[in-house]
Amino acid sequence: MKILVPIKRVADPDNANKIRISPGGDRIETAGLEWKLNPFDEYALEAALRLTEDGQKSKERTGEVVVVTLAPKEADSTLRSALATGADRAIRIDAEDDALDGRLVAKALRAIVLKEQPDLILMGKQAVDGDNNFVGQALAELLDYPMATFAATIREEDGALLVSREVDGGTCTLRVRLPAVVTVDLRIVAPSSVYSRQTDPSFKYNDGVRFAPLPAIMKAKKKPLDVVPLADVVPSLDLASKYHRFEPPAQRKAGVKVASVSELVDKLANEARVL
Amino acid sequence: MSKILVVAEQAQGKVKSATWSAITFAKQAATLSSGSFDILVLGASASSAAKELTGFGAGEVRVCEDASLENYLAERYAPTVAAVAQGYSVVCATASSFGKDLMPRAAARLDAAYAGDCSGVSADGGQLRYKRPMFAGNAFGHLTLGTQVQVVTVRQSEFGVAVPSGGVSAISTVPLTPPGKAAERVEFISMDQVQSARPELSDAQVVLSGGRALKDKFFEVLEPLADQLKAAIGASRAACDAGYAPGDYQVGQTGKIVAPKLYLAVGISGAIQHVAGMKGSKTIVAINKDPDAPIFQIADYGLVADLFDAVPELTSALKARA
Ligand SMILES: Cc1cc2nc3c(=O)[nH]c(=O)nc-3n(C[C@H](O)[C@H](O)[C@H](O)COP(=O)(O)OP(=O)(O)OC[C@H]3O[C@@H](n4cnc5c(N)ncnc54)[C@H](O)[C@@H]3O)c2cc1C
Ligand SMILES: Nc1ncnc2c1ncn2[C@@H]1O[C@H](COP(=O)(O)O)[C@@H](O)[C@H]1O
Repeated sequence: MKILVPIKRVADPDNANKIRISPGGDRIETAGLEWKLNPFDEYALEAALRLTEDGQKSKERTGEVVVVTLAPKEADSTLRSALATGADRAIRIDAEDDALDGRLVAKALRAIVLKEQPDLILMGKQAVDGDNNFVGQALAELLDYPMATFAATIREEDGALLVSREVDGGTCTLRVRLPAVVTVDLRIVAPSSVYSRQTDPSFKYNDGVRFAPLPAIMKAKKKPLDVVPLADVVPSLDLASKYHRFEPPAQRKAGVKVASVSELVDKLANEARVL
Repeated sequence: MSKILVVAEQAQGKVKSATWSAITFAKQAATLSSGSFDILVLGASASSAAKELTGFGAGEVRVCEDASLENYLAERYAPTVAAVAQGYSVVCATASSFGKDLMPRAAARLDAAYAGDCSGVSADGGQLRYKRPMFAGNAFGHLTLGTQVQVVTVRQSEFGVAVPSGGVSAISTVPLTPPGKAAERVEFISMDQVQSARPELSDAQVVLSGGRALKDKFFEVLEPLADQLKAAIGASRAACDAGYAPGDYQVGQTGKIVAPKLYLAVGISGAIQHVAGMKGSKTIVAINKDPDAPIFQIADYGLVADLFDAVPELTSALKARA
């Protein structure tokens, strides 16, 4: 199986409470924040590796994993770490972050899919900077491919995937025939979430994502990384969404500590009046 | 003057409560732009759901009823949504898992720009301007969309339940737009509903959430208190990942967004991703044994205690009051 994994680097989500808005409110200042692979894309990459191996022999790849990002040159280090983790090839569509919106990203990815012809496009359900939750579904439509969003488990079948999805009220299971788009949710990296056809159904992965061993980091420097200008893959560079202003959220005023359960009940009943 | 289309959400011919928020948004957007709104409902028994939608001031309730729409699949719904949307300036739905799955797909079909999970709308020189949370709620962006049709999803916790406004909207039918090849390659297998007699997390007045600290005593400890409070039960990601609670209970940036009257966080540290999903709550209570837990920075009332003592004690105290 050949899998394309679109990945995005984002300002480290664990530092998101330190993001600053420029004095005029026209920009979000990312300077000084650490960059990190979008966690959902990290999970998508892990899922892609699980689908292209026998879990018991995770050093041998049984398929190809290609990562692609739309980003400026600084993102090459993100691509290199994905290569070190196990991806075979990387593509960077050269673009400044503020020259992009979800609609343009989906169009560019469509062009890459048409060229690469993967069996599966596996990606995060959302990038945790913009929190848009858009690109996967849009890409599936542009390709006229079936999709399974918010995937919690994936089981490979003959030419198809059985995907259980986290939806309001429970779990929805779909079967998609390849080629298809799947977007992943948090639980996709649990020990029993992803099974390729080679992996024994009783096999259990370690919880979470794998880390690149040191020799792989060296080897990743030699893996192919192609750069494509954005203008070569989209019909127009025009953006259809425009942010005019940013503002910080309203701060909650600091509360009080109560000394006992009875004081809590008293406050809830007589001060907050919520009981 | 905007013409707005609300895509309603229904199951087995009954309107889902998420829909009322999208209607509230549409009313606001219509008022701001001296426009009007219609409602589209799709499904195998959409016409019975349509009857529930006629009292909200919509110009028309448009119904697409077809057996092929029995189980929701974006591949089957998006073509009709996009075809109907052609006549409108804004198409909206609530950002439930249905809205988040369907609307981007419909937007791409229309080559439309998209604003997801909006928390507010205003007018700016004849244009609608959307406000939406980003970076786990640590910033709000104000944006405009530049395509002929704009596609929007709205946050249920920020747009209240629409109230009937009298009058009876006309009901009309729209034909099914045949789906593309994608639909032939996707098959609905099952929907495993988490059975619960409790209120739905997204529109509950009281939410009681538990974290990793509850371990496999999650329900044993929380249910009696939830019963007393008539609360919906929520959870942190750590509690869901560990299997103490179903994934669908997760509150946060990447789970459900809630804004109840009263939110109780029990054994939850207060990571920014969790806080992003509940800091709009009116009153927040935290019970945690670590006095420095970040959750106390946003809690109105904090109790430093072992939850395994404090929760049963709170349950009995409330019982005694009842
Ligand atoms: C991409 C991404 C998305 C995420 N999305 C979400 C999301 O939507 N929602 C979410 O919740 N998280 C989310 N997270 C995870 C988040 O960062 C935290 O890891 C998670 O919220 C922690 O859960 P917790 O508070 O239950 O566990 P912990 O952080 O382990 O906290 C447990 C707390 O329990 C307290 N405690 C322990 N024992 C007791 C006791 N006996 N009595 C009282 N208190 C006790 C401890 O003091 C501690 O504060 C996300 C993370 C990432 C990377
Ligand atoms: N600039 C980008 N480059 C590559 N992939 C992206 C980019 N932006 C978004 N994506 C992909 O689309 C998914 C959803 O992103 P979003 O719709 O922005 O929340 C992400 O998890 C990525 O897989």
